[in-house]
Amino acid sequence: MIDKLQNNDRMLMTLFTLMVLAGPILLAPFGAGYPDLLQRFCIFGIFAIGFNILFGLTGYLSFGHAAFLGVGSYSAVWMFKLLTMNVIPALILAVVIAGLFSLLIGFISLRRSGIYFSILTLAFAQMSFSLAYSVLTPITNGETGLQLTLNDPRILDGANTTGSLPSTNFFGLTMNSTAKFDFLGMVLQFNVGFYFCAVMLILAFYLAMRIFRSPFGLMLKAIKTNQNRLNYTGVNTRPYTLAAFVISGMYAGLAGGLMACTDPLAGAERMQWTASGEVVLMTILGGAGTLLGPVLGAGFIKYFENIFSKINDNVLHSWFSFLPDGLEDLIVWVLHFFVGKGWHLTLGLLFMMVVIFLPGGLLQGASHIIDWIRGKKQSSSTQISNPNSMPAE
Amino acid sequence: MSKQLTRRGVLKSGAVVGAGLAMPTIFTSPAAAYTNEPKGGTVTLGFNVPQSGPYADEGADELRAFKLAVEHLNGGGDGGMMKTFSSKELKGNGILGKKVKYVTGDTQTKSDAARASAKSMIEKDGAVMISGGSSSGVAIAVQGLCQEAGVIFMAGLTHSNDTTGKDKKANGFRHFFNAQMSAAALAPVLEKKYGKDRKAYHLTADYTWGWSQQASIAAATEAKGWKTVNNVLTPLATTDFSSYVAPVLNSGADILVLNHYGGNMINSLTSAVQFGLRGKQVNGKDFEIVVPLYSRLMARGAGKNVKGIFGSTNWHWSLSDAGSKAFVKSFGEKYGFPPSQAAHTCYVQTLLYADACERAKTFNPCGVAEALEGFKFDGLGNGPTEYRKEDHQCFKDVLVVKGKENPTSQFDVLEVVEVTPRAQVEYKPDHTMFKGGSLGKCNPGA
Repeated sequence: MIDKLQNNDRMLMTLFTLMVLAGPILLAPFGAGYPDLLQRFCIFGIFAIGFNILFGLTGYLSFGHAAFLGVGSYSAVWMFKLLTMNVIPALILAVVIAGLFSLLIGFISLRRSGIYFSILTLAFAQMSFSLAYSVLTPITNGETGLQLTLNDPRILDGANTTGSLPSTNFFGLTMNSTAKFDFLGMVLQFNVGFYFCAVMLILAFYLAMRIFRSPFGLMLKAIKTNQNRLNYTGVNTRPYTLAAFVISGMYAGLAGGLMACTDPLAGAERMQWTASGEVVLMTILGGAGTLLGPVLGAGFIKYFENIFSKINDNVLHSWFSFLPDGLEDLIVWVLHFFVGKGWHLTLGLLFMMVVIFLPGGLLQGASHIIDWIRGKKQSSSTQISNPNSMPAE
Repeated sequence: MSKQLTRRGVLKSGAVVGAGLAMPTIFTSPAAAYTNEPKGGTVTLGFNVPQSGPYADEGADELRAFKLAVEHLNGGGDGGMMKTFSSKELKGNGILGKKVKYVTGDTQTKSDAARASAKSMIEKDGAVMISGGSSSGVAIAVQGLCQEAGVIFMAGLTHSNDTTGKDKKANGFRHFFNAQMSAAALAPVLEKKYGKDRKAYHLTADYTWGWSQQASIAAATEAKGWKTVNNVLTPLATTDFSSYVAPVLNSGADILVLNHYGGNMINSLTSAVQFGLRGKQVNGKDFEIVVPLYSRLMARGAGKNVKGIFGSTNWHWSLSDAGSKAFVKSFGEKYGFPPSQAAHTCYVQTLLYADACERAKTFNPCGVAEALEGFKFDGLGNGPTEYRKEDHQCFKDVLVVKGKENPTSQFDVLEVVEVTPRAQVEYKPDHTMFKGGSLGKCNPGA
């Protein structure tokens, strides 16, 4: 049984690795094969995986995770400004600072659970946002965002004589260098920054998988199922929840650091509550408590944000130009509200449908489809296994 | 023997495959001399404007102007300012014979979102030039991105000193005027109107533009004998300014300077008027409000509250030179109302870019930058204008305007009080408000 699970994990891991590494090829036909979006897929995938370790395993719903992302970004950019343009020190500092920050916030917020915990984290995140936006302007550069300048010290890099800003690099490999290939009428773009983020995503995914399968992960799941019972049996749950909170904060810090690596600017907006809400959406949309779900959700939302929002009336007209004029105008008029600036509406409707019909997220939808293809055998067996686990709840 | 042969075969085929994989990189990398070199019959420009947030009105008007400019460049419409422009390179056949296409994006008035949007334009859509903005914070962020990516940035509406001051970039160009010029033009008029002994209270939008405008206005008015009582920073996303306006009357100030723009200014001015500031007497003088940066869109939004309030503007549709007239005519015919100053600067920037490409005979950012540096032109609505080589800032006359007492229509809300000549608003590139940055070298990317 364990062997089979291990095998499954190995297969999942291999499949995941291949899919991520082939991203530029697989996504090019959907118009999403350009570096900026691919990097975003990876970065927000990491962010959502980390969030899922807290929310999916312990059930603690944090509404303030964007704060750790922002802190990670600021630390990374400061490292670029002061020390070196190499991404490694920046990422290390981003993860460490985000970890310390989440330790502080987690220590206070985890004294409460449920809605009170959510409100506390939200309050802390909004506080960090306001601080970054105005009070801490000397450190964060306020609304303009923290940016690199020509006369930053960059102690390890030596004097800059080129007259242009240096780019972030991984031991000489610049993050923004891209190899382009023409392939079947599409341009495939293989970008260093993307592959760096992709490797990070794969590592983050592997680590999350180990946590899910470990006794520690089991304990977190127990906390989600019934924290009172654990307390009555004499288990102190606080260290476990705090550890989960800090781990997910460090994931967020890593994601923030990577954002700064691919584009060395840190703005306060990425700490706002909307950004915190976005990662909750990603996780629930993809499937909270599953391994693959959050990555899927992150990709889905970023795709909508970047591709769906660019579809304007002209594009719609060109799609439906084969229809008679009156009908074409009608369809374009109706769809107009769901694409372009209205992409939030489409996303909202989709989110509602997922929550109502597929509480397990897109991943549940996918497994339904697979079950349906394989016939009823599998679905009946899962139904038998479910009642067995029910009494334990 | 056969084993050895196979091993050699494997090595050989490996080498061949390796070379095959490397081939496209060898050929593709140097093939483009600069980022997004247009290869087909079209060239793509990226228009990145705020479609949501406090500057959405300005953004919408900018987008209209960009569309009009593209139409004119491609030979559509009546040609607008192309006929009055002193440079006659533009023939209405696109740019360098390539048809102009454009992509648009929403900056959301946030630097992060603006950079993401500009990045997707450059990486996905292959834009060779990015224009737009309606917030200096965003403009500076996007200008930095364009410098790194190796495309030209033609700044739209951005009024902060920093855009061509400490954050100036070799690939970035600004046609719009700046806070320092506003201050230089406005201070003498304010002195004449309100006297030397005045106490000013500043409400300032809390970002680069607000800071630099406040600094410039305070410096210029203090030189005329005014005192600055207080400066309160307000977050950009503020919509209710009553808590900021309430303390003004008790501060002993008799002038309120609103360093706000767009929706911010509409709300803060309305708030100030509702608190009855304008009817009050302080220190034996009438209480007055000044809005250093004005736009017609804002004036319309604030309604009759703007009557008699002084400010400065880059351009106004009521100007009677041939260029302004031609632009107002073609904009009005297409959209049914006159353009704002934001629309004007974006339209002009697009034409200037196209013209520079024609003169440089290339889209290469370094060639275009060279063509723009030190370029003197006329006929684009502001009289004789020069792109200064040292900081990529345009120098031209500045308009001091006042909210009209008896507007004849909803568009006729501002009247031009004075046209301040270029010599009076010009400053040295190393002026204290601008020092600290350097242009660096132009970056063609690729």
